[in-house]
Amino acid sequence: MRDDPLLKLIAVFVPFSLISIGGGPSIIAGIQHQAVDVQHWMTSREFVNFFAISRAAPGPGSMLTTLIGWHVAGWSGALVATLALFVPSSIICYGVAMVWRQHRGKRWHTALEQGLAPIGVGLILAGAVSILTIGHGGPLAWAVAGGAGALLLWQPRLHPLLLFVLGGLVFVAARLISSML
Amino acid sequence: MIDNRPSSPPVEPPTLIALFTVFLRIGLFSFGGGLSGWIYREVVTLRGWIDEDEFMSGLAVSQILPGANVANLSLYIGQKLFGATGAVVALVALLSGPFFVAIGLVSAYSVMTSFDWTETVMDGVAASAIGLLLVVAVKGGRRASRHVGSIVALVATFLGVAVFHLSLLLVVAVVAPLSVWAAWHRSAKP
Repeated sequence: MRDDPLLKLIAVFVPFSLISIGGGPSIIAGIQHQAVDVQHWMTSREFVNFFAISRAAPGPGSMLTTLIGWHVAGWSGALVATLALFVPSSIICYGVAMVWRQHRGKRWHTALEQGLAPIGVGLILAGAVSILTIGHGGPLAWAVAGGAGALLLWQPRLHPLLLFVLGGLVFVAARLISSML
Repeated sequence: MIDNRPSSPPVEPPTLIALFTVFLRIGLFSFGGGLSGWIYREVVTLRGWIDEDEFMSGLAVSQILPGANVANLSLYIGQKLFGATGAVVALVALLSGPFFVAIGLVSAYSVMTSFDWTETVMDGVAASAIGLLLVVAVKGGRRASRHVGSIVALVATFLGVAVFHLSLLLVVAVVAPLSVWAAWHRSAKP
């Protein structure tokens, strides 16, 4: 039983679930260390490939865990790893959300809500800037992001997929133009 | 350019099925990040299931707690609408699409990378997805601008995390008590 790959996946990912404060990015280095150096599930080259795929896939970046589980033990591995990463943190979040909701309307609740709201906004803005800085889109990425935001504020019901197509087209056009110069 | 009219969101009563399909769609189409922006659009702008303050504070709580931010945020919204059932439905709906797509992509990976333009297109998609986040920031910023304390909290959080690269936990641990204290102080006034 000690070598059961599914138990190994649980033992590795449950702790990551509990310490993943600030979301997926904070635990990627730790997951890499475990998957490559400690458990020898894959080479670092394979890990980088999985990381790139998890970025290209929709959904939270933590789908990286799903891919590692799939690599280790197929479909059951993918399911077990995903649950191991999402269930523990979700139980904590559920408990907090429940307590939060029970005290709705009290003065301290209103103060907490109004006090935390601008922090949520600050964090989302910081997240947007860090993605734009890390990515390899350069100034064009900033322009496309700003343009997409302005378009959405102007036309809130505009479908985001249309924006994504436009964004992709702008990047393709820019690359075509720069290759011709 | 920016529409300053207070938007009155069309309130469509939430059902478990609607909750499931909305989060399934968010999970499936949220390429390039910007998921919380997409959740904001579907749940606050289009459907009015929760109000802006609830969303923004839920967003802050989701980021402070362990776990993927969007997973926590989905759970928070599902819980608010339908309790435990809603929390499970929202979370399962959010994750089930990406689960299969990610595994499908591994199989298609070698084909995809041999097509040299994939990365260029994905970069463009990712950049436009950030636009969704900017909308949330603009809306939230507009709300925050009603109180000096909120503006200071917003700017301090942004500078601390994005410019000075301080740890998110440290920034929140310092800014949150002050911001909440200011909001508490405001609420005392008639």
